[in-house]
Amino acid sequence: MPLLDIQNLSVEFTTRAGTFRAVDGIDLAVDEGEVVGIVGESGSGKSVTSLAVMGLIPSPGRVVADRLSFAGRDLRALSASQRRKITGKDVAMVFQEPMTSLNPCFTVGFQIMETLKVHEGLSGKALKRRTIELLEQVGIPAPESRLSAFPHQLSGGMNQRVMIAIAIACNPRLLIADEPTTALDVTIQKQIIDLLVQLQKDRGMALILITHDMGVVAETAHRVIVMYAGQKVEERRARDLFERPQHPYTGALLDALPERALGKRRLPTIPGVVPGIGDRPRGCLFNPRCRFARQDCLDLRPPLFPDPEGQARCYYPLGGDMWGAPE
Amino acid sequence: MLRFILTRASLVIPTFLGVTFLSFLLIRLVPGDPIEVRVGERGIPPERLAQLRHEMGLDQPMWKQFADYIGNVLSGDLGTSIVTQNPVLDEFFTLFPATVELGLAAMVFAVLAGLPAGIIAAVKRGSWFDHGVMGLSLTGYSMPIFWWGLLLILFFSVQLGLTPVSGRLDLLYYVEPVTGFMLVDTWLSGEKGAFASALRHLVLPAIVLGTIPLAVIARMTRSAMLEVLGEDYIRTGRAKGLSEGRVIGLHALRNALIPVVTVIGLQVGTLLGGAILTETIFSWPGVGKWLVESINRRDYPALQGGVLLIATTVMTVNLLVDLLYGVLNPRIRHAR
Repeated sequence: MPLLDIQNLSVEFTTRAGTFRAVDGIDLAVDEGEVVGIVGESGSGKSVTSLAVMGLIPSPGRVVADRLSFAGRDLRALSASQRRKITGKDVAMVFQEPMTSLNPCFTVGFQIMETLKVHEGLSGKALKRRTIELLEQVGIPAPESRLSAFPHQLSGGMNQRVMIAIAIACNPRLLIADEPTTALDVTIQKQIIDLLVQLQKDRGMALILITHDMGVVAETAHRVIVMYAGQKVEERRARDLFERPQHPYTGALLDALPERALGKRRLPTIPGVVPGIGDRPRGCLFNPRCRFARQDCLDLRPPLFPDPEGQARCYYPLGGDMWGAPE
Repeated sequence: MLRFILTRASLVIPTFLGVTFLSFLLIRLVPGDPIEVRVGERGIPPERLAQLRHEMGLDQPMWKQFADYIGNVLSGDLGTSIVTQNPVLDEFFTLFPATVELGLAAMVFAVLAGLPAGIIAAVKRGSWFDHGVMGLSLTGYSMPIFWWGLLLILFFSVQLGLTPVSGRLDLLYYVEPVTGFMLVDTWLSGEKGAFASALRHLVLPAIVLGTIPLAVIARMTRSAMLEVLGEDYIRTGRAKGLSEGRVIGLHALRNALIPVVTVIGLQVGTLLGGAILTETIFSWPGVGKWLVESINRRDYPALQGGVLLIATTVMTVNLLVDLLYGVLNPRIRHAR
């Protein structure tokens, strides 16, 4: 049984313009100790999916799912206070913007200790010792003196380390990192990803790494889910995905990697943007941007087709009839 | 920190001069000087009038009078009241505790009611509570103090007989003034019923005086909370599994308080201005009522001294608020 088991998850926001499905029928299973990468452009529903797992969808948003279970417990059946016992303890999250994700009015020590107090009931010397230990584990130098520092006194990278310390404080079984390096300098990005991977290995926790950086996924993830306009368009093991992508969107994302464009004068790009609330096309959601779109793609919305290595939401996968033409 | 206080203090000098000059000028623009007002319709022989004016220095040119006054103020002498012949400073400080007590009570009322109302309105944005609080606070803010005061007196004092109409204490009681704060003095006196009587006298004027600050605080708290509740660190708090009470009451409120405290500080000026009307309506023996009487009697030294001292109070409170701002907001504290 997977640690996190989600079937047919949708998140809807009702606005005056109508109901908008930010996430549309996602299946997602994460095993204990597994690293799953979720990739896709901005607006593809990656973050909303993770917020739904955390129970953090703001109030007008509606979360529906056929199954939403963590460690065998149905998250939908839990009361708000029961859910809080899991959130931040067994499932923790690191966000995109470290500078604004920490409360500017409290010291980093306070903000780490708060989690330990609420979930583990630690206090006094034990609490302080554990907090310093956590700061050491996330690679913050001189941890004792950092306890009384405010977030504005630390750099973005240091703040993200503090966020990670908060997230791993109660030894979560699943850590969700939502574009944890997007807001950071390139040199720091590598450090933070390395830290996350190392912590994941040391603790054997499951890690969902949300990113739009294919390079990061290639290095870290065991399995990759590609999302587009709220839907899962492809899923397979990382190595297979990079060697034999099936969905044209995945293929285009990989072609846009600089290291794959050697010898080309210009880096290939995907024209256009992810469709928003008002401009969802008929047929396949990717068809306006797809180089290979045919008549079927304009008329019919493709389901996810299973193949021997995973699944792809495309009538005409890049592999063609590699496994025999889909009917 | 010391440098900050000194810089702030030096900015006070032009304000002082301006306030002194304005009160000096304006009271002299009102027809009738202290002597004319005192003799009223009885009349006074012209030579006697001239003699009295000379004794008071009122026959001097205006600029000379002003320069003399400034000189005296700088040497710590605010003059004596023309009416009572007591030093202005003594009169002010005898009456000041009554005003402070009223102002504090009004502020406590405004904060205790305004903060929670603003917080709940923000959390339940768009609900009937939110609309109700915002509507009421707009009404409260727009209501003339004297009308609101008379309305409350009519209802609670006259109709229901719940509260006394005026004063600070029933005539039945006499308490030795120790602190000047009636609540404290009646408490210390141990006399039965005195404290309750003082409290009953305080309730209505405090509500009247606190209404405008209450409205301002409620609206400000709501908008500050709304802004803060959309911040990333609020989401982080929820992601840590903290209770809603802790997320809102600690993480959000702590940040929302920063602008609210500034507004509370600015309300102190409004409060002392409102005290003049409130004290007059309720015959509250404080500096507000005393100032109105000084105007009526053209008691120049009392009025000028009173205005100057009130301005000092407002500036001091604003300085304290600025210092408190640094305590509340770590980003400012460390920038200094």
